[in-house]
Amino acid sequence: MEQKGTLTVKRGLAQMLKGGVIMDVVTPEQAVIAQEAGAVAVMALERIPADIRAAGGVARMSNLELIRSIMDAVTIPVMAKVRIGHIGEAQVLQALGVDFIDESEVLTPADDKFHLAKNDYTTPFVCGARDLGEALRRIAEGAAMIRSKGEAGSGNIVEAVRHMRAIGDGIRELTVAPKEELVARARDLGAPLDLVTYVAENGKLPVVLFCAGGVSTPADASLMMQLGAEGIFVGSGIFKSNDPKAFSKAIVAATTHYDDPKAVVEASLSLGRDAAAMEGIDLRKIPESELLASRGA
Amino acid sequence: MGPKPQVGVLALQGDVDEHLAALERAGARGIAVKTRASLDACEALVVPGGESTTVIRLLDRFALADPVRERVRAGMPLWGTCMGMIVVSRAVAGLDQPTLGLLDVTVRRNAFGRQNDSAEVDLPIPVLGEPAFPAIFIRAPWIESAGQGVEVLATYGEHGVMVRQGNVLGTSFHPELTEDPRIHRYFLGMLAP
Repeated sequence: MEQKGTLTVKRGLAQMLKGGVIMDVVTPEQAVIAQEAGAVAVMALERIPADIRAAGGVARMSNLELIRSIMDAVTIPVMAKVRIGHIGEAQVLQALGVDFIDESEVLTPADDKFHLAKNDYTTPFVCGARDLGEALRRIAEGAAMIRSKGEAGSGNIVEAVRHMRAIGDGIRELTVAPKEELVARARDLGAPLDLVTYVAENGKLPVVLFCAGGVSTPADASLMMQLGAEGIFVGSGIFKSNDPKAFSKAIVAATTHYDDPKAVVEASLSLGRDAAAMEGIDLRKIPESELLASRGA
Repeated sequence: MGPKPQVGVLALQGDVDEHLAALERAGARGIAVKTRASLDACEALVVPGGESTTVIRLLDRFALADPVRERVRAGMPLWGTCMGMIVVSRAVAGLDQPTLGLLDVTVRRNAFGRQNDSAEVDLPIPVLGEPAFPAIFIRAPWIESAGQGVEVLATYGEHGVMVRQGNVLGTSFHPELTEDPRIHRYFLGMLAP
């Protein structure tokens, strides 16, 4: 008796990634650097979000040959992104055999109304969220893991902080809400009652919650873990820094010992005097039409 | 009943909370181990599920590999689940990956395939008796070969997936993701009375 693709094994892989760092990579060589530094998984991409932002145009699922070459280069899990609602891309990535699919607002949405029916797939999905309602809607559709959206490719942590705080506040409010209010809360959140009840009773999401969007330094990683993230996605922050090897190792160390400031000091010192994190963007200078976080709700 | 045994869960990365909760359900006090001091407070240690390449590097970077080796060689019970079994093994088939070398087996990583081949299986385990154990395999390793002192406690297909060598236990699967406390209790039974 063997059952594949169950909720338990899909959510389970995300549980195995906890306390770890998932790094965006665009070549097999970068994937090896990430693995050597201690990444728990890599996100295989043609372009990191900062470059997608700079390039403009339509951003799609990455080249399959590139994804496959990254799968062949490392032993850790490999994730890849599909456009929101793009059934065709999702089926292709599942057939290719990637370990996790990110239905991502960083790519240009294929469907401006609906997300994928993720319960239909054997491969687990991760989705972005800005608040509790959005997180629970994605889980209802079948997401096996949630990440904050942040503002990808900005090098600016403020959006990720906003989203992690909003998700955490939403959870805390439910844990003290009287039972009589839960149906109305579910209506207000736009989320199914069974998931709202789960959160009220357990004080956490039924899936793993990571932070994504704007992490650039060891201290950023420590901040997000203290706000309740169970692990970290780093996109542009590593390969847009001036020393990817050092930054990747330091962010891994700071994620493990996020609650020990001395260890975060050690990790930060390991970067050396010439370390320069990626250049960030003031979000007020990004036109509203170019903000990624508001895609899909 | 005496005081609850203090059982550590290596907390550098992985599904630490799930093991801590399962240990509590099985009657122990769980301690997250990130430092030498917390290791010293433990009577037994679990290496959880996670990524082996990550954890073996962090064990080294945070100077925990040798202290763990010393404690286990002095008799402390040790249990590795999935990634944990890889970390405690003697060698990894086909890969030049460092390990702790505390369990005389060669493991094969991702032996069943990638994530799409991860599965839930009803696994007969004779030392536990009936019913079969709800084994959850996630990108799991299997035992490729085992030394003479290693007892194979369960096999799936052709390969060992639960082994014991004296005070060291290894499982390819994740008992901490189930409500079944039998393997956590079995591990607590490995503590000297």
